[in-house]
Amino acid sequence: MIADLMMYLQYPFVRYALITGVLISLTASILGVTLVLKRYSHIGDGLSHVAFGAMCAATVLKLADQKMIVILPVTVLAAVLLLKGGKQKRVGGDAQIAMISAGALAVGYLLMNVSGTSSNVAGDVCSTLFGATSILTLKAGEVWLCVFLSAFVLIVYVLLYSRIFAVTFDEDFAKAEGIRADQINLMLAAASALIIVLAMNLVGSLLISALIVFPAVSAMAMFRSFRNVTICAAVISVCCALGGMIAAILLGTPVGSTIVAADIIVWALMSAAGRLLGRRA
Amino acid sequence: MTILTCKDLKSGYEGIPVFDHLSFALEEGSYLCVVGENGSGKTTFLKTLLGILKPMGGTITFAPEVQGKIGYVPQQSAVQRDFPASVEEVVLSGCISRPGFRFFMRKQDHETADEKIRQMGITQLKNKSFQELSGGQQQRVLLARALCAADRLLVLDEPVTGLDPETTEQMYDMIWRLHKSGMTVIMITHDLDAAEKYADCILSFGKEVWFGTGTDFFGEHVS
Repeated sequence: MIADLMMYLQYPFVRYALITGVLISLTASILGVTLVLKRYSHIGDGLSHVAFGAMCAATVLKLADQKMIVILPVTVLAAVLLLKGGKQKRVGGDAQIAMISAGALAVGYLLMNVSGTSSNVAGDVCSTLFGATSILTLKAGEVWLCVFLSAFVLIVYVLLYSRIFAVTFDEDFAKAEGIRADQINLMLAAASALIIVLAMNLVGSLLISALIVFPAVSAMAMFRSFRNVTICAAVISVCCALGGMIAAILLGTPVGSTIVAADIIVWALMSAAGRLLGRRA
Repeated sequence: MTILTCKDLKSGYEGIPVFDHLSFALEEGSYLCVVGENGSGKTTFLKTLLGILKPMGGTITFAPEVQGKIGYVPQQSAVQRDFPASVEEVVLSGCISRPGFRFFMRKQDHETADEKIRQMGITQLKNKSFQELSGGQQQRVLLARALCAADRLLVLDEPVTGLDPETTEQMYDMIWRLHKSGMTVIMITHDLDAAEKYADCILSFGKEVWFGTGTDFFGEHVS
């Protein structure tokens, strides 16, 4: 097993996959804690579908090589709109998200089929949705983009940590103390959009929510302070990503679903342990 | 010194005013109770005062000493029940608007938080989780957080709702002691007995907005 792993690690594409996988999972889990606590988990799901639609549009426009130029801004824009829309409540926030996510999926798939730019539509769509092998086909440029964006999001998160806590825990209090809560929310939404687009390569757009939600919920089963929950979610997510990717490489299983399976197992263990310990660690 | 002046204030939601033509001035060291039926505009007034809502007209002027330094204790139902946060984290978050705060909580912020935790008599709860506390304990934590943010003006939205009579008395007593030490208090309450006992000014929302001393209010409205 170890010898096999060492052999695989000699390939640059395997190393690229591991680096990006770990960074994306780390960032997704940290943002996930806030998103789950703010009841925004669905926004993550909706955004991933928007990213899928944008990806299809990019393919149709034959921008496959620079697809990020289309996908990143479209998804960030959708994040901002969803956040603003959630407040005005003419159409309920959850209905709006459902409309956007299903709509983006449908239009994306339709575009792919009608345009006929791809010889294997079903295969392409499947790998976009479930991330089948694309993590192993990353180029150095994409790895750098991912390293740069994750590092950026992490640094901003650490710098704004106190404000993010205040806004997540009690938005009105934060506003009363002069924190610009709307700006913090907007930045969180934009950061989530960035990470979701990056995560599409790793686990595919249908499974991204798992990276956001599972580590946070697992950590909350055991820990009772915001800092500990955040740290624990990050550790869980990185371990599951590494373990999942290595298992996927050695066993030949699809990368995305293996990582998510690892997250599910850890969640089951953590919530059982949390219950046994009386949830007061 | 006048700590707060409202002139012809008008506020509401989505273009529909809840109250209008509200003018009054509050002296430093006052104990103001805001009373009125549900839906009469008490909370709307408070949110406008705190800058959570934008006024639709008129002006709010704070004395420069309290500008941006208001200790706010929200209605308890507004705080999430199942949020993983320790008492220390919650109180510390009140330091976020202290002068010179940039990105990370400093040693002096931790010291302030510790001091307010001691003052509220909840030192033994410092490392507990906020969600596991009783209603009265949670209110003390929120009060400690507000005290980290402000030393002159405290704004409370129905601070005793849901508390048992004994805890209610303790809460009123604590607010009274803060008031005696020089804190200006603005408190929304349904409890007219408490308003009569503690308040020196009353702001009453109803068909029309009324502002005046406690003695006048209870002379006019109750007898």
